[in-house]
Amino acid sequence: MGTLPEPFTAWFAARGWTPRPHQLALLGAAKAGQSALLLAPTGGGKTLAGFLPSLIDLAARPRDGLHTLYISPLKALAVDIARNLAAPVTEMALPIRIETRTGDTPANRRQRQKADPPHILLTTPESLILLLSQPEATDLFGGLGAIIIDEVHALAGTKRGDQLALGLARLGRLAPAARRIGLSATVAHAAALCAFLAPNAQAEAVRLIVAEGGAPPAVEVQLPAGRLPWGGHMGLASAPEIYRRITAAAVSIVFVNTRAQAELIFQALWKLNEANLPIGLHHGSLTVEQRRKVEAAMAEGRLRAVVATASLDLGIDWGAVDQVIQVGAPKGVARLLQRIGRANHRMEEPSLGVLVPANRFEVIECAAALRAIGRGELDGDPPRPGGLDVLAQHVLAMACHAPFHPDELYDEVRCSAPYAALTRQDFDDVLRFVEDGGYALRSYERFRKLFRDADGRLHVRDQRIARQLRMNLGTIVETPMLSVRLRGGPLLGEVEEWFVSTLRPGDAFIFAGQVLSFQAIDGMTALVTRGGEGQPRVPAYAGSRMPLTTWLAAQVREILHDPAQWRLLPASVREWLHLQQDRSLLPPPDGLLIETFPRGGRWFLVAYCFEGRLAHQTLGMLVTRRMARAGYGPLGFLATDYVLACWSAFEPREVGPLFAEDILGEDLEEWMAESSVLRRSFRNIATIAGLIEKHHPGLAKNGRQMTINADLIYDVLRRHEPDHILLRATRQEAAHGLVDVARIGMLLRRARGHIRHIALERVSPLAVPALIEEGREWVAGGAEDALLAEAEALVAEATDGAETFNDLLTELNEGVRPRTQPERSRPTGRQAGRFSRRLPRALATP
Amino acid sequence: MIPAPLHLAGERLLLDAAGLLAWPAMRTLVVADLHLEKGSAFAAGGRFLPPYDTRETLARLALALRRWRPARLVALGDSFHDRGAAARLPAAEAATLTRLLDGIETIWVLGNHDPLPPTGLPGTALEEWCAGPILFRHQARPGRIPPGEVSGHFHPKAAMPTRAGPITRPCFVADGQRVILPAFGAYTGGLAVEEPAIAGLFPRGGRAFLLGQERLFSRPLTARRMRPTSIR
Repeated sequence: MGTLPEPFTAWFAARGWTPRPHQLALLGAAKAGQSALLLAPTGGGKTLAGFLPSLIDLAARPRDGLHTLYISPLKALAVDIARNLAAPVTEMALPIRIETRTGDTPANRRQRQKADPPHILLTTPESLILLLSQPEATDLFGGLGAIIIDEVHALAGTKRGDQLALGLARLGRLAPAARRIGLSATVAHAAALCAFLAPNAQAEAVRLIVAEGGAPPAVEVQLPAGRLPWGGHMGLASAPEIYRRITAAAVSIVFVNTRAQAELIFQALWKLNEANLPIGLHHGSLTVEQRRKVEAAMAEGRLRAVVATASLDLGIDWGAVDQVIQVGAPKGVARLLQRIGRANHRMEEPSLGVLVPANRFEVIECAAALRAIGRGELDGDPPRPGGLDVLAQHVLAMACHAPFHPDELYDEVRCSAPYAALTRQDFDDVLRFVEDGGYALRSYERFRKLFRDADGRLHVRDQRIARQLRMNLGTIVETPMLSVRLRGGPLLGEVEEWFVSTLRPGDAFIFAGQVLSFQAIDGMTALVTRGGEGQPRVPAYAGSRMPLTTWLAAQVREILHDPAQWRLLPASVREWLHLQQDRSLLPPPDGLLIETFPRGGRWFLVAYCFEGRLAHQTLGMLVTRRMARAGYGPLGFLATDYVLACWSAFEPREVGPLFAEDILGEDLEEWMAESSVLRRSFRNIATIAGLIEKHHPGLAKNGRQMTINADLIYDVLRRHEPDHILLRATRQEAAHGLVDVARIGMLLRRARGHIRHIALERVSPLAVPALIEEGREWVAGGAEDALLAEAEALVAEATDGAETFNDLLTELNEGVRPRTQPERSRPTGRQAGRFSRRLPRALATP
Repeated sequence: MIPAPLHLAGERLLLDAAGLLAWPAMRTLVVADLHLEKGSAFAAGGRFLPPYDTRETLARLALALRRWRPARLVALGDSFHDRGAAARLPAAEAATLTRLLDGIETIWVLGNHDPLPPTGLPGTALEEWCAGPILFRHQARPGRIPPGEVSGHFHPKAAMPTRAGPITRPCFVADGQRVILPAFGAYTGGLAVEEPAIAGLFPRGGRAFLLGQERLFSRPLTARRMRPTSIR
């Protein structure tokens, strides 16, 4: 331990501060020239701790050139930190210039930064790679002394993290002396984060500094006043209790799990808001301006509460938040703690958290999370290996920086943890993909992007390729979105294009905290007016729900199985479980309980897998395929975080083979051919790898019909070159993420030889929540043509055959006759369930 | 595969779920927007799409020719993705194409992507082709048309709402006088039938016929334009 030099001691003293142990520890590491990872809860002076060594060094030894690079996942955070650092720098009159560099930085400032870099540059992973792709990068970064990476836990294990890790590997070459400092929330797998930071991918190379925990958080569970709901995820039944808690505290953040839920809870709170408390809304689909406005209002203490999604998980510290209310299940302990940590950013006082489960299963999940917090246990999966698509983008970016030798670049990228285990084969295939597409049919030889000189070094063909790369840099691929604009008014945000495609003029939907009426599409904008008739719908967003973590799922199973643990649960839930014990079985902590029972002329199969919704969805596709082959006549399935439920025409008597491990072989391959989820993965991969471009020089922004359809490429590639590097990348990604095949494998291994099949006469208590689940996502085998036929038949039925296909074909000769029925088969509430929800009637009338 | 009958200007045409139109009385098969060598055109611009599109498109064309055995093939323009595409055809694919067209009268209607006749390939290149009451052209023109018009150009696609969300497919668009074919090429994306460029051609409404594996699925076109006139 040590103390701070002047003028820092005086500056600390003037504010009544003393340096915290972790701040001094980081300083010690810096003096020793060592990289370090600081794990600290929010509010621990974490950011200042990261910058102190640089400030002290620059104060003692002023010099020109870039000294410290700071990388944050959020643009807004970089800007905010630049502002916060200005205070000590001006107050101590330090000779230090601090600037930001993001996508918003104007061109003239970028030019100036090239010629005359600041001492401290704050940026994002994307802007870092952009800088590294320029020939000047060698000079710019050559004298770098420190690299600070904020919110490491939010980056490691994502594609942005992969990109950053590759950038760090390059910085390790350009500036081998630069120390690295990682700042992170408390996580379960600190060693993996150390490896992520390390210049050689070895965790031991990084000193781990854990800030002393503040007071443990005070967390409680809030149940709704009336009956505990059996199903649903929105938590609307608890709105009065949430409102009461907001009233009782000065400032609250109400965290929810999805954007749709944010809109609904926000509406529900305002219905109750007789006191007109200022309650705001914050989620990722609102316009940036609107989000900034809410953040500013929150920072200035002008809001009593804000309803927010993960969009507020990271970001600027607001000192004055009194409580965090989590509506809906927490899904993970580490994430929950990070959220609760947003309340009361003073380490000495406990953060206050309130969990509001929306249904009975969520009550158990909340109890499991509470128990884990009490025991100080954390969850979270260690970062997965780096994506090959990100590597492809990086290879081209590095070629734009300077010619390279493949052997050197291979060695360099393996210095980053995500790519430490990269095989030479994969690297070479990625390289070939960048050069000319890497197809077995070598017909693009003359269009190569890279060419080799006599020494075997690779050069980029021309500046056009470099420009193309820079326009498309980054790993965030958006689903096609349409802006939402009030007619003659401001932009409100954006919704997914397909959602708008299900709206007809006059249809009402809830967005940005208001009921809107859809009017028309104008280019890339959906025009709306306020108000609207009928039941408003709520846009949902594909893939926006976090799945239950493996660890928390295991905790839930453990509590379920052991009646001694039920004291953690409220009486109504205990009764429910006792009932299950009497009527059926309790799901075992290991193995797999499967119930079958008849109901409403169909047979139901409910498997208590507890592997999260994404894994269950994939499993549902595979199991229903097998059921079809076994002759059970599957009709559909639905996946929740806890169970998979399938229904069929005939009784599934032999359930063992349906859940055999070999389902991940041929069945999976077959399903991959038509899975829309995998197609989405492929589209993202092809875009990141540079096969499909978000922007192309010379093409208008609105050139949607000019873009190439990724599905068509996927089909052609699968047929002609199934082992192409991009398809391999797609399969690799299927192991995690949206398809979660890895978790299915885990489940099937666990279940092998331990499947408990119980044939019941009627639905079991534990199965009820699944069966009344709103989001019926179905489809046996996922056959699209069957769906189309069904939809067509529905219209025919609804119109008494007036719309049948064949009749109409002959009618066409006389022209189209006027229709009396709606022109499109409108999705009913149930049909629309997967993507959108009907609003509860109580909310429908303004 | 079950073709769907369509009566246009008194003539009986068949819509094939593979995305072609057959005119049995004239032993004629019609296909639109092959966009051959689109892959290599993109590769020249630095986007290395899999170089199998021409092969794939020709394989599907070969299947259709075998099934229908037409005396005449009409390609409704944009058969080649750009002016250089015909010359860029790999030798194997050029040979396949020549073999496929052997003994078939081929009419290359010219399109905006391929405004010049292809060199070195059999067939006749025309701006438009008229047969009986039906005019075959690359792009449909609004307003007064001959009794029947068959065209391509727009790559129409349509979404059908189902309980698992909307499903989008390439489609034919037709009313009593006019039919627009989906694009046949392997890498051809689509334009939604609600877009004014297509919807405007069907002021009295019409139907979209979505391509399925074995058959077509039909849904009405929105009769009126989605966009109220007041916005304009």
